[in-house]
Amino acid sequence: MKHLVSVEDLTRADIERICDRAASFSEVADREIKKVPALRGRTVLNLFYEASTRTRSSFELAAKRLSADVVNFSASGSSVEKGESLKDTVLTLGAHKPDAIVIRTPWAGAAELVAGWTPASIINAGDGKHEHPTQALLDVHTLRQRLGGLDGLNIWIVGDVLHSRVARSDIMAFQKMGAKVTLAGPPTLIPRGIEAMGCEVRYTLDDLGQADVVYALRMQNERMDESWIPSIREYAHWYQVNGRRLGPKQVLMHPGPVNRGVELSAEVVDSPQAVITAQVAAGVVVRMAVLYEVLAHVPSATRTPEGVPA
Amino acid sequence: MAAPLLVHNSAPAVDVLIREAHVLDPRAGIDEARDVLVRGGVVAEIGPAGSIAAPDQAEVVEAQGRHLFPAFVDPHVHLRTPGQEHKEDLETGTRAGAAGGFCALLAMPNTDPVLDSAPLLRSVRDAAARDARIPVGFMPAVTRGMNGMELSEMAELREEGAAGFTDDGRPVVSAGMLRKALQYQRLCGGVIALHEEDPTLSGKGAMHEGDVSAQLGVTGIPSISESTMVARDALIAEYEAGRIHVQHLSARESVQALADAKARGVPITGEASPHHLCLTHEAVRTLDTRMKMNPPLRTEEDRQALIDGLRSGVIDCIATDHAPHARDEKEVPFEQAPMGTTGLETSFAAIYTNLVLPGVLTLELLVRRLSDGAALFALPTPRIAPGEPANLTLVDLDREWVVGDGGYESRSANCCFDGRTLHGKVLLTIAAGTLAFRARQLEVVR
Repeated sequence: MKHLVSVEDLTRADIERICDRAASFSEVADREIKKVPALRGRTVLNLFYEASTRTRSSFELAAKRLSADVVNFSASGSSVEKGESLKDTVLTLGAHKPDAIVIRTPWAGAAELVAGWTPASIINAGDGKHEHPTQALLDVHTLRQRLGGLDGLNIWIVGDVLHSRVARSDIMAFQKMGAKVTLAGPPTLIPRGIEAMGCEVRYTLDDLGQADVVYALRMQNERMDESWIPSIREYAHWYQVNGRRLGPKQVLMHPGPVNRGVELSAEVVDSPQAVITAQVAAGVVVRMAVLYEVLAHVPSATRTPEGVPA
Repeated sequence: MAAPLLVHNSAPAVDVLIREAHVLDPRAGIDEARDVLVRGGVVAEIGPAGSIAAPDQAEVVEAQGRHLFPAFVDPHVHLRTPGQEHKEDLETGTRAGAAGGFCALLAMPNTDPVLDSAPLLRSVRDAAARDARIPVGFMPAVTRGMNGMELSEMAELREEGAAGFTDDGRPVVSAGMLRKALQYQRLCGGVIALHEEDPTLSGKGAMHEGDVSAQLGVTGIPSISESTMVARDALIAEYEAGRIHVQHLSARESVQALADAKARGVPITGEASPHHLCLTHEAVRTLDTRMKMNPPLRTEEDRQALIDGLRSGVIDCIATDHAPHARDEKEVPFEQAPMGTTGLETSFAAIYTNLVLPGVLTLELLVRRLSDGAALFALPTPRIAPGEPANLTLVDLDREWVVGDGGYESRSANCCFDGRTLHGKVLLTIAAGTLAFRARQLEVVR
């Protein structure tokens, strides 16, 4: 696999292979020396156009544990603020011959676009509201670790689906792994036409008991400014996953960072059903597996890409 | 005495004999092989194939197997002059028009500065008299700076040759503003052409709101942002007995609103673009910025409604909404890219390939709708008849070509049909009696 830009491009076998490799990398994290030489001499560039702490540090840690060199480039305080276009930034940074570029932008399709401009492997770390494939992979990995597999599971994704790239990637990844996905949230935050992705839509949590897995999305405060919901208070009343709504056998997931008291009550965050910190830990090993997947089988920086301007 | 609506540069009038072309002019009732002789830029004689001897000095074009149509008229193009000549100018834009078989264009006012005053209109008309290869008319803004708040000096603009008025690129959001413009229209005339969009519904949308936008996570533009405005504006036009034209229709519900208004006798007309007639939001799946336009490509049902409307006459004409953008402006992520596709060079071939060849529309209807826009704006309708100025386009329907191979006449390359194989290539365009375009491969006998 040359790039990872979309879950849409992955087969079930791809997902399983990456997750299996992530499982084998878990053992590295438990060692005293948390490092293997798999990607020694390779350069991974983190190109982030949006603020990100966990995803970026998770990629950085993953690259370093594979002995790759890591360069972080964030848009703020850079040439981007001087008006440099995405293309010129990528061409400029590409001149340093990174082997992989991990890119996050607020624009759908940007990762795929960038893949056409550089010979480096592109890993999409979030493109607008479109996709966040490594999040979906680490979510699948977490569920496989916890429940053995996803076949036949009922997974409810609850909250602001409209603005969520995590939701879109998860829907596809969970379905490819054999799960049935139901979306629940305020009607203003469920995109029109999303049923075409093969999921059911609910506007209340009345039937949340059907779920084997409850995946709560982050409710952002700024959504109130555009009147997507009347108030955080009302949102919490109708859509908060709390001790009253979450059953003892259900698994609770969240992409973080959690707003305690909004989409999740404090007691469920701290409950044994919650796998939220396991997701964070999975983030590093899954990203190690992804970096390994796109880099380990090809010789370094000698490849000529198709359609790249000479 | 108001100025003429169309201006162009003064090229020499042609003398040409087009021999044995299949002449199709639905309005003149011609649909057979004929010889057409043009002398001094005027259609001098039409005779049976092979009957007309070439006069001295006349060029002879052997056109057996090719089709000769009345040239096309596009009431909706963006020529970007003044201020955005890096995208297009009067010379390149009219060259693109000629290459697409057009003999007249109406240019939109969303330039920099906005075309909203008589001195500015005079200056672009002067420029057109120097640079325009085919006749161009101008549609100044309804409101100053297209700000939607104060009327432009419509009466003076009409004296200077305004073909009509529009804030195209933006809607006239205020119903009260549109009402005043339609009241004022009684003084000065001039169709008010409307870009129908309710910005409170379209918001930051970048494509049609539907299953594709839901999956891509791109903010959608719902069809009601257009249809509600068509319905509203039809009611305002009805109340004021004002003449309006709705531009670039994209949604099924808008076609229905237009049909309802026409049935009530409202003086309203409408247009559809080649891209809305040929493509749907499925083409946006790859987030190709050439597929980003406003209004957006919508669903197959919407496309079918537009085709039905064009066939029945509810939609009066085809207009390209030719909207050139520079390469660097479009070579960005989809959500950042400006809206618009070029269309002049591909309009005939795109519709011929996608709708005429599969038998959805007749060639006769296509040829008609490609110039039906003229009469809506009081421009002369091209006709192939003795004594008429020569406005002719010669087309090889069998010629396959790949859009963009060999470049474009337009300064910009943001064509939604780029890379597609189309049938039907314009070989020769004569506009207002002058030679406007000739394909390089065209054989000339003498």
